[in-house]
Amino acid sequence: MGFTLVEKILARACGREQVQAGEVVEPAVDMAMSHENAALVINQFREIFAGTGLEPRVWDSGRIAIVFDHRVPAESSKTATNQKKVREFIAAQGIAKFHDIRGDHGGICHQVLPENGYVRPAWVVVGTDSHTTSHGALGAFSFGIGATEMAAVWALGRVLNVTVPGTLKVTIDGSLPPYVAPKDVILYLIGLISAQGANFKVLEFHGEAIRRMSTSGRLTLCNMAVEAGATAGIVPPDEETLRYLREEAGVVEVPPDTLLAPDPDAAYDRELFIDASHLEPQVACPHTVDNVKPVGEVAGVKVQQVVIGSCTNGRLDDLEVAARILRGGKVAAGTRMLVFPASYRVYMAALERGYVADLLRAGAVVMNPGCGPCLGVHQGALGDGEVALATTNRNFKGRMGNPQSEVYLCSPAVAAASALAGEITDPREVS
Amino acid sequence: MATVVLKLGDDVSTDIIYPGRFMATVLPSETPQHAFADHAEFNRRLRAGEIPAGSVIVAGANFGCGSSREQAASCLKGHGLIVVARNFARIFLQNAVNLGLQVVVCPTAEAEEGDELDITPEAVVHRGTGRLFPVTPLPAAQQAIIDAGGLIAYARAKLLERHAVGGDAANR
Repeated sequence: MGFTLVEKILARACGREQVQAGEVVEPAVDMAMSHENAALVINQFREIFAGTGLEPRVWDSGRIAIVFDHRVPAESSKTATNQKKVREFIAAQGIAKFHDIRGDHGGICHQVLPENGYVRPAWVVVGTDSHTTSHGALGAFSFGIGATEMAAVWALGRVLNVTVPGTLKVTIDGSLPPYVAPKDVILYLIGLISAQGANFKVLEFHGEAIRRMSTSGRLTLCNMAVEAGATAGIVPPDEETLRYLREEAGVVEVPPDTLLAPDPDAAYDRELFIDASHLEPQVACPHTVDNVKPVGEVAGVKVQQVVIGSCTNGRLDDLEVAARILRGGKVAAGTRMLVFPASYRVYMAALERGYVADLLRAGAVVMNPGCGPCLGVHQGALGDGEVALATTNRNFKGRMGNPQSEVYLCSPAVAAASALAGEITDPREVS
Repeated sequence: MATVVLKLGDDVSTDIIYPGRFMATVLPSETPQHAFADHAEFNRRLRAGEIPAGSVIVAGANFGCGSSREQAASCLKGHGLIVVARNFARIFLQNAVNLGLQVVVCPTAEAEEGDELDITPEAVVHRGTGRLFPVTPLPAAQQAIIDAGGLIAYARAKLLERHAVGGDAANR
């Protein structure tokens, strides 16, 4: 019997011939990412060293990345003080992969990491953020952990007591119809298997539609793998992975022995097949991500706020779709449209290509890159009884800062078409 | 003996347990005030000290789904609560184990608010009906962290062990 991609990556990270699902291992970490919650990681990290007589030093400052994105610029003195504390720690420990609140290299961690070449195929990547699953798009085993677990990684360079996860093989064949996006694929899949359908498992993506999909789309898929409960999502690296690394991440050398593929006879817990050619635009309805319906079933629902952006759908191709649909039109009266690019690199490219001007002229507000309205911390909160339609990843009750509001999730095309109409709209009917 | 103080369904997210707008608060001494902040009455009773340590939240499947925020575990631990659920989401479960929040995987538990339970490593017993619901033990890898007194202590021991044998190479 052969091995899944994650079994192969973990064997490599443990310096072993092979590992199998169910075993407990302590893999070496190639990249450890945190955002503002590094403030908590620092506390726990110091606790680990307390009373040992050892000086608290991170195991490898070159393998730690810290990106401020959750509350940027700081919304409160408390956040600002946390950020200050993290900056001081970063300086003291010599952590160079630090992306502060800056227009030249800031952004959302799950965009900043790939576009700076901080993620490579076959790497073990951990992050103190559940959407760390994103980086599986580049063939890494990448998963979210808590702050105390990260403190242990900073101290030891390994994730302790990891149970090798089983894998669900998801094959997506066919080609995506016009105005059907990777977001629709992952929403459909989550609706199919439920919010707990992949709990403690990996979603390994295969098929013709995946091979044709850009890394941006693969990031969307893997980003939301966690919404089906998955430990990780992963796409076996291919020509597109190498192209992205070379052209968009500045990585020229990728060792051939890191381009791992699962064995044809790998043992999967379950296999799923989706024909992309029959997919329609999808919408996840309040208040769970698996409450997914074809857009036609919810068309006409009035929306007071449309949000395009986030680590899920804030990349250049997402903004391009939105700009194309909104160009020359106007966001409906009674609807606010907020756009927040995933990084300043994306923002700059969108400026240069005129997308930002298209969006502004249509009446959208373009915000600074960051997590923004997605988690309801300090921008774009909803009023009582209001409805938002967003390209973000979660619609849990209270997610956008108000438990008396509702959030629907969709692709950038559905969001843009709906902004024009002021109600949930099938983009195929607008264009 | 433990009293059920809150009964919840499936897919209770970390946004329900600890809303995102309080994420700038990180200290375990401060997070408990925001536990279930949007369940206003339950939050008020917690803050007023009306819910004794050792009280139980009973929930369905996938408790703690969503964000990796550790505050969701630390805020419940701060009140000394116990969570009995059909099963837990991965990151929340690991955070609970790491911080020492008592979590009980009990796939069949049936109880309502106000009911009294006896919780042992093997079973949850309903005092009123006498029914016994078997507990699914945590995996050995997680039990080892609990036995060590939490992940901080577990990692500290590993760190000292490594320094005693002279570096990471010895561990590979």
